[in-house]
Amino acid sequence: MQEVPTGMTEPVLSVRNLTVRLPSGADRENAIEHISFDIGPREIVCIVGESGSGKSVTAQAVMGLLPKRDLVVTAGETLLQGEDTTKAHIHRLRELRGTRMGMIFQEPMTALNPVQRVGQQIAEVLEIHTDLSATEQRQRVLDIMKAVQLPDPELMIDAYPHQLSGGQRQRIMIAAALILDPALLIADEPTTALDVTTQAQILRLIKEMQSRRNTGVMFITHDFGVVSEIADRVVVMQHGRVVEQGTREEVLRRPREAYTKMLVAAVPSLVPPKRVPVEGKLALEAKNLSKIYGRRTFLSRKARIVKAAQDVNFHIRKGETLGIVGESGSGKTTVARCIARLIEPSEGEILIEGANVAHLPERDLRPYRRDIQIVFQDPYRSLNPRRTVGQSIVEGPINFGMPREKAIDKARELMGLVGLSPDALDRYPHQFSGGQRQRICIARALAMGPTLLIADEAVSALDVSVQAQVLELLDNIRKQFDLAVLFITHDLRVAAQICDRIAVMKNGVVVEHGTTVDVFRSPQHEYTKALFDAAPGRDFGAQQSVA
Amino acid sequence: MAGYILRRVLATLPVLAIVAVLVFLMLRLTPSDPAAIIAGDYASPQQIEGIRERLGLNEPILKQFVIWIGGVLRGDFGESFFYKKQVAELIGERLEPTLSLSVVTILLVILVAVPLGIIAAHNHGTWIDRVVMGFSVLGFSIPVFVVGYILIYVFAVTLDWLPVQGYQRISEGVGGWLLRLILPAMTLSVVFIAFIARMTRTSVLEVLNEDYIRTARAKGQTELKVLIRHALANAAVPILTIIGLTVAILIGGVVVTESVYTLPGLGLLTVDAVLARDYPTIQAVILLFSFAYVLINLLVDVAYTFLDPRIRY
Repeated sequence: MQEVPTGMTEPVLSVRNLTVRLPSGADRENAIEHISFDIGPREIVCIVGESGSGKSVTAQAVMGLLPKRDLVVTAGETLLQGEDTTKAHIHRLRELRGTRMGMIFQEPMTALNPVQRVGQQIAEVLEIHTDLSATEQRQRVLDIMKAVQLPDPELMIDAYPHQLSGGQRQRIMIAAALILDPALLIADEPTTALDVTTQAQILRLIKEMQSRRNTGVMFITHDFGVVSEIADRVVVMQHGRVVEQGTREEVLRRPREAYTKMLVAAVPSLVPPKRVPVEGKLALEAKNLSKIYGRRTFLSRKARIVKAAQDVNFHIRKGETLGIVGESGSGKTTVARCIARLIEPSEGEILIEGANVAHLPERDLRPYRRDIQIVFQDPYRSLNPRRTVGQSIVEGPINFGMPREKAIDKARELMGLVGLSPDALDRYPHQFSGGQRQRICIARALAMGPTLLIADEAVSALDVSVQAQVLELLDNIRKQFDLAVLFITHDLRVAAQICDRIAVMKNGVVVEHGTTVDVFRSPQHEYTKALFDAAPGRDFGAQQSVA
Repeated sequence: MAGYILRRVLATLPVLAIVAVLVFLMLRLTPSDPAAIIAGDYASPQQIEGIRERLGLNEPILKQFVIWIGGVLRGDFGESFFYKKQVAELIGERLEPTLSLSVVTILLVILVAVPLGIIAAHNHGTWIDRVVMGFSVLGFSIPVFVVGYILIYVFAVTLDWLPVQGYQRISEGVGGWLLRLILPAMTLSVVFIAFIARMTRTSVLEVLNEDYIRTARAKGQTELKVLIRHALANAAVPILTIIGLTVAILIGGVVVTESVYTLPGLGLLTVDAVLARDYPTIQAVILLFSFAYVLINLLVDVAYTFLDPRIRY
């Protein structure tokens, strides 16, 4: 808006002493307590914290989007250009939303209405807040679509969300949030669900749009790489309180509080530590592995063929960690599923101790099932919520003929090994945190006595501090059991720290393969270089190295 | 799309063929003789035998079937044993009341149930929600004939607002037509309103937790438009599925309702035909019902593509 003050003296948003109460029975009284910070025009303030720190609640309080019955503002104010949004009437709030404050969300996949054309969804803001005619609206939408650098706006304006990529959808969200030039943009983890290269583009776009339009940005993130890339100032939150705030340099380089120091230190470095090459026995070998979807059948004549994986070759030794790194759709999970024989590869060989299991029928495959175990990405969905964790852990061994008592004893032992109390076996998954659940998943996998453990984005859903602990656990059990580990990840920092060797995948093909140190120090393939360039906060954390 | 519809229509042919064989066989296997019923209580065995001969019931079953199915393929459903009329003509006369009743009922169901469900979902957990869901349980639990007689007692007998029974053709005046349909349609709709209101509530509730609902609110959209344009539009597919099933079940339901309100429709025709062992009529009506089921399913599947752009055949 034109009347936005441009001086740094008058903030766009001023959060004063904000307190939001949690419903009774929650683990603490208040979701956020006495939160205070300012956001000036043209300023990007990053709110950083782990899950449950209250950063999203703060954003929702400003927008007036808190679920009415559950979360109540009990003290403080959120002054949007001097106007307190927590006390504004719902009609006034609706006027402010979209015009003076806009918001974008984490999941561009789900934040757009799937049954409405994207152009319509941007135009909705104009329809609500302006008297523009349909043609004028369409023109404005095309203009903003150009501004957020969407290709071919004339065509894309009538597309549905599912026809666009994740990055394009996020651009649509940004377009809808910024079309009326709000003074404040709230971005709630807007790049977390995106690939690194797309993330880099979206970050650049947000920065460019806000500086051109004098927008103040409240940028919520858990990723210190992103913080170091985009923030002017940083507010660190923990358990609903502001722990520390200051300029980017102050918080990242010279954190004062112990919690901030811990968070910063927990971020894995992009510089891989030196590793001794593993000389153990071969645990698994994949030769010319391919998976092709969409074979033509007699029912559908024009089948689309997708080569999810093509000619993938690698081997893993006992005690070794091989990383497969790539963006979404690169085929890394397809490879993992082929190796675990959750799906049958179209071509190629999978050799376990010399036996090719790639095309074995289920009956003959059974003895090999226990050799390969997987830990999945989402610990909230990979445990059956209706079974105790003990039941989940002993199920596999009992299927393979272990007596129940022995299986339970082993489960108790494994719970201790992964750092949980053996007495917790009788509890249900919902009684554990995300990190604890992932430990349970690891214990479940270990109960089968595998030779190869596949970790498919196993730490991606976890907070950095928890992530560091789970990574350490994985590394310890690798050493203790002389396990071969296939580590699938999109996160270069994690890969740098845990993998002995790395295979980089793109469009189903391994484009580069080498020791972690070599790949990081001198990437050969163009794509690998692009991937490293896009990693947020390349300089950040270069000086520290997690052993 | 056109190819898909063509394939689906072709796929109905075997279904109809199986129905034709089953209906034909089951009727012949029931221990009852249409000739005896037509001849009446005082007929001699010779007279009955004559009637059997005339109706072709003495031929081998296979030959009877070939004759019948040959006629059906030419569009000739034969002559009713009982009404002494062409079956096609008979059905033509009875189609309008049944279609009227079904259409009015389904409109009533949609107009009442969907808003009720949305209101309940929007006020989730409050007394409004509980009242709506309470009525839904009630509507679910009362049998159709009880509802029918209660409504007749209240609106026709006591208040005298609506006629007790009967039917007026639409060509004789829309007002009278509609007036006579209100009670039977209300009777039929109660169960389905209860059911669809519940389904709508569940589907909308689920959708209300989606991120794009939050996005719409963040744009400053009013709650009503959030509910209709974003929530209902996305909840529409499961709701439509249930409505499609409802239409199918409704066709079965008219048999009872038309009897209660003596509407001269296909339901009443079916009852009479069954009582009279009127084979050609029963066979034709059941074939027609099966065809209607298949057609409704196809329409619902096609409608999905308009409600959700992600669904493509």
